[in-house]
Amino acid sequence: MSAASDEVVVHVADLAKHYRVADKQPGVVGTLRHFVRRKHRIIEAVRGVSFDIARGEMVGFLGPNGAGKTTTLKMLTGLVHPTTGEATVSGFVPFRRHADFLRQITLVMGQKQQLVWDLPALDSLRINAAVYDVPKAEAEQRIGALAEMLSITDILTQPVRKLSLGQRMKAELLAALLHRPSVVFLDEPTLGLDVNAQTAVRAFLRDYNERYGATILLTSHYMADITALCERVLLVHDGRLVYDGDLAAMVARVAPHREVEVELEQPLPAEQLAALGEIERVDGCVVRWLVPHGALTRTVAQIMQTLPVRDLRVTDPPIEEIIGRVFAGPAPEARA
Amino acid sequence: MRRHRTPLLRLVGLFWSTSVAAEMEYRVDFVLAVLNSGFGLLTTIFGLSLVFGGGPSFAGWSWHQAMVVVGVFTILEGFTRAVLEPNLGQIVRHVQQGTLDFVLLKPVSAQLWLSTRGLSPWGFPDVVLGVGLTLWAALKSGAGAADLALAIVPLAAAVVTLYSLWFVLATTSIWFVKIYNVTQVLRTLVEAGRYPVSVYPFGHRMFFTFIVPVAFLTTVPAETLVGRGSWAWIAASVGLAALLALAARAFFRFALRFYTSASS
Repeated sequence: MSAASDEVVVHVADLAKHYRVADKQPGVVGTLRHFVRRKHRIIEAVRGVSFDIARGEMVGFLGPNGAGKTTTLKMLTGLVHPTTGEATVSGFVPFRRHADFLRQITLVMGQKQQLVWDLPALDSLRINAAVYDVPKAEAEQRIGALAEMLSITDILTQPVRKLSLGQRMKAELLAALLHRPSVVFLDEPTLGLDVNAQTAVRAFLRDYNERYGATILLTSHYMADITALCERVLLVHDGRLVYDGDLAAMVARVAPHREVEVELEQPLPAEQLAALGEIERVDGCVVRWLVPHGALTRTVAQIMQTLPVRDLRVTDPPIEEIIGRVFAGPAPEARA
Repeated sequence: MRRHRTPLLRLVGLFWSTSVAAEMEYRVDFVLAVLNSGFGLLTTIFGLSLVFGGGPSFAGWSWHQAMVVVGVFTILEGFTRAVLEPNLGQIVRHVQQGTLDFVLLKPVSAQLWLSTRGLSPWGFPDVVLGVGLTLWAALKSGAGAADLALAIVPLAAAVVTLYSLWFVLATTSIWFVKIYNVTQVLRTLVEAGRYPVSVYPFGHRMFFTFIVPVAFLTTVPAETLVGRGSWAWIAASVGLAALLALAARAFFRFALRFYTSASS
């Protein structure tokens, strides 16, 4: 459960970012033509996105590659100037990069690292403490506490290049959170990590949110990150916000069915199976029905009474599939 | 509540101590740097002896006075290796890999971070050799304590001028991501500063004074050191340094508006 309050910390209204990119045809002719007369086109990476995030909320930012997630995060952290629209974070306009604003935020990027490769993480942490004006004793206390939460106390004195990917990501998180930011932006923080490390990072983020009431906006390709941490999701597609709301409500709306999979003692005729509901798949003795949420109990009872059942399982369709359905269908109205 | 503030010097001290510690991981490099500095200096002195061709003076410079120019050049070469290369050379990499993001997210001046974050001890031998040679040759040329003290002004201006030129060129990597060669071109042009500008023909002298101000990097400080400097040239070198420093800062701020950050 996130530590959300009513106070709006991140406010985004009609935010857009257009990039001008060179357009080049392949081949020698294309190269020559491109050299002599350069053609450009405008890419609308983000097109008029609006949302608010309250203090302490943990929000998942979802969308396929190139949807505009990272560009939005970069506008919110002041790295990229918006083309139009407005954004404020903790009352600051991000792209002005006011020092007081920068002290309140952090951006963790799964693919990039800030720790010095040849030195122990502790050296980089000392620099971050000085840069963020954290007094020495306070910094040591924070490093101790965060390292304990991340279970990396004993690796901070080893050169970063000797650490595993998971350990390095945890050390990166420590470096990014040492100044105790109240707004945390995470771009694919669990990218490339094994399942154990992913779970540990998720647990840490939840813990950080609860302990310090931090607001967290997170993008991830791993749906498990989102389902484990965020009640609310923002879905972006092609630069537009296509859904903003409760994750569970979206699942119920887009995927109003649950899957009931049964292993039978012997194969049965299709008509007999179809009488019980919409069949998704029949594979020998294994049958899968799509059952509306409201009819689940009744259908399961009927199956158990009328069929020779060896095994029965009820599952939700994978969240990736649900998101895929949202992107494939007509854009649902924003804010459910 | 009054907020704790890290003093700037302590911050730069921290930057440099961690940076030197990282470089010290590679010990063989230090031996190579010392050999490189010594060999470079010998080559320059050999070149200079060819220019003089056994005569007592050339283009108005005595042998020892010309050695002062070599000394000043060697100091600047050391500064380039110790400070400019490890920092400004890194800007290109930051832009290519998108790690400039981390710099821009820090609540300190991005220019300060990009200019002081690294320090390479491999430039130290050049600085030590350069200072030694400069002092020895200046004293041999009859320089007094007042000349040495006054020379600090154009020498500091030379350091600021060289830094500003490098910084402007490195900043252009925000637009032209592959810019390694541009700072190399600057380094090659600055090589001309091994010798007093008066040894060059008129056209070159104009170029090295007004286009690429190599004259202000080595000749003006050296002239001051050997007691033949003029207030006008010293004032010009300070003015140029201030102008270039301001221009570099303004240019960097302008360039940041175009930074789009390497995509994930």
